[in-house]
Amino acid sequence: MVLSLVSIALVAAVALAGVYLLTQETITKQETEKKESAMREVLLSAGEGAVFSEPEKVAVDKDTIIVHRAMKDGKEVGAAIETRENGFGGMQEIMVGLDTKGVIIDYKVLKHQETPGLGDHIKEWFKNADKPKQNIIGRQAGSLKVTKQEGDVDGITAATISSIHFLNAINKAYAAYTGSADAHSGASKQVKEEKEADHE
Amino acid sequence: MSNNLKTLTNGILRENPTFALVLGMCPTLATTTSAINGMSMGLATLFVLVCSNVVISLLKNLIPDKVRIPAFIVVIATFVTIVQFLLKAYAPAVDEQLGLFIPLIVVNCIVLGRAEAFAAKNSVGLSALDGLGMGIGFTLSLTVIGMIRELLGTGAVFGWQVYSDHYASLIFVLAPGAFIALAYLMAIMNKLVKK
Repeated sequence: MVLSLVSIALVAAVALAGVYLLTQETITKQETEKKESAMREVLLSAGEGAVFSEPEKVAVDKDTIIVHRAMKDGKEVGAAIETRENGFGGMQEIMVGLDTKGVIIDYKVLKHQETPGLGDHIKEWFKNADKPKQNIIGRQAGSLKVTKQEGDVDGITAATISSIHFLNAINKAYAAYTGSADAHSGASKQVKEEKEADHE
Repeated sequence: MSNNLKTLTNGILRENPTFALVLGMCPTLATTTSAINGMSMGLATLFVLVCSNVVISLLKNLIPDKVRIPAFIVVIATFVTIVQFLLKAYAPAVDEQLGLFIPLIVVNCIVLGRAEAFAAKNSVGLSALDGLGMGIGFTLSLTVIGMIRELLGTGAVFGWQVYSDHYASLIFVLAPGAFIALAYLMAIMNKLVKK
């Protein structure tokens, strides 16, 4: 009885190890490719032909934001930043492209658990070129806020919480980018203080 | 031959896992937010059903009665993990949509139910047909539920816009819509089949 169960488990384990070895390489490749294409996507034309530097991990608000600097001909053209924030339904993971001044080039929501049909509009709401009041593309990142918080970005109808946290994630990306650019000058600290002041 | 055909069609209509046996409700309600999601879930379950039915039917004389349930679960879990690896490697978009519900096929009562009720008592060929029939039945019902929810909730079918989503009622994509769609479909199926 024990023997037959053990042998079934053994055969199963061997089979799984085999499939794991066969697929693992493709899985890792898929994941890195997906990330790379997202990094290029959010930088639009600046991303074409750019080379990404080693990812830098920056601590912002007890969170770790990953900055990928894009270099072209030895000059920095901007950065793709993996940022995140706890949203309404769970973690929102966003890739945002900033130019060297911190102006938003584009963004892409990598992962989220917002309510379908309401909060999940974060995917395209903030880059609607026809509605400048809700569009954040081309705006300076750092202190974006929704109108409900006396900011100047129109949040998603019936999904204010999702919108606030989304904009926070973008602001965190900016803090991480400017912080990592000049880690010793206290620039990131300054941004943080500004942000905290904004909350009050 | 007629016996084979009967085994195959059994799962599609008379003993349809969703509408007649009412098994596997958790993935049925949770993953049918769109037609494509429902269909992917159905196909993943179909693969596991056929494979586990065949292997369990092959092993039925080797497995002592007392430990048959753990043995079945090990076989099923192995195939589910294989599906998960394959999806991650070759269909990452599907894997992302279905997420948690792929590993949960292990505890899907259709799979264990068919192993216990059919594969453990029948020949390999018939078990494969039973798995195929049940899998097709499950896939069809999930696709239909997904299509209805997607059509009413977003105005599209398989991502193809039929009418403006301005007139769609979002509730059908959310959890309550799953119950409403399932209940009406079940009523229609009962009316058609029980006659």
